[in-house]
Amino acid sequence: MTFEIIEKPIDVTELIQTLRDDSAGACASFEGWVRNTNEGQDVTSLEYEAHGPLAVSEGEAILAEALERFELLAAMSCHRVGHLEIGDCAVWVGVSAPHRGAAFEGCRYIIDQLKQRLPIWKKEYYRDGHSDWINCVTGKTLDDA
Amino acid sequence: MIGVTARYFAVFREQVGQDTETLSTDAATAGELFAEIATRHGFADSMARCKIAINDELAGWEEELTDGDVILFFPPVAGG
Repeated sequence: MTFEIIEKPIDVTELIQTLRDDSAGACASFEGWVRNTNEGQDVTSLEYEAHGPLAVSEGEAILAEALERFELLAAMSCHRVGHLEIGDCAVWVGVSAPHRGAAFEGCRYIIDQLKQRLPIWKKEYYRDGHSDWINCVTGKTLDDA
Repeated sequence: MIGVTARYFAVFREQVGQDTETLSTDAATAGELFAEIATRHGFADSMARCKIAINDELAGWEEELTDGDVILFFPPVAGG
């Protein structure tokens, strides 16, 4: 069970291997990608900023909650920070479990909680040259990506 | 009056124009300090959607401040 904040591209193939367990019959994972539009505006790139130590401790608390609530064998996640381009993987969550039900539910729980709780902020850059901090009043209103 | 260090993140840092400042304050709690700083720097997000951390630990609004504390001001988050 590990949560990481990383500056380099996320290597999904490598991460999946950390979930291996001979008693696992299911593996569910989620990738959050950088999209080229948001609320009608053309997005050209993103910037993620995090408070690293608190993001890691909160992320690990969320993974521990998921392991406690669902019948999972392993749970891993990482979130990128820095400047990301369209199509880049910004966040990855993976779990393994004996059966698919717990795998889907555990994975969903983790990504939903990460989005609400991690001290991470997202700035979108738009084709028309301006930029906004997402979810902040000086930026735009709620993002339900 | 106590002395604390304030650290600002994301949109708050941009609004303040710097990432750190040292302050003297009469605020007794994290919530009182947030209200004072929000007014001074024109933070527009409601307190309910923001968070504060004291010495690298998330804190409740009612938590009492101590001279020398480092206070982190977090605007609404947007991970994922």
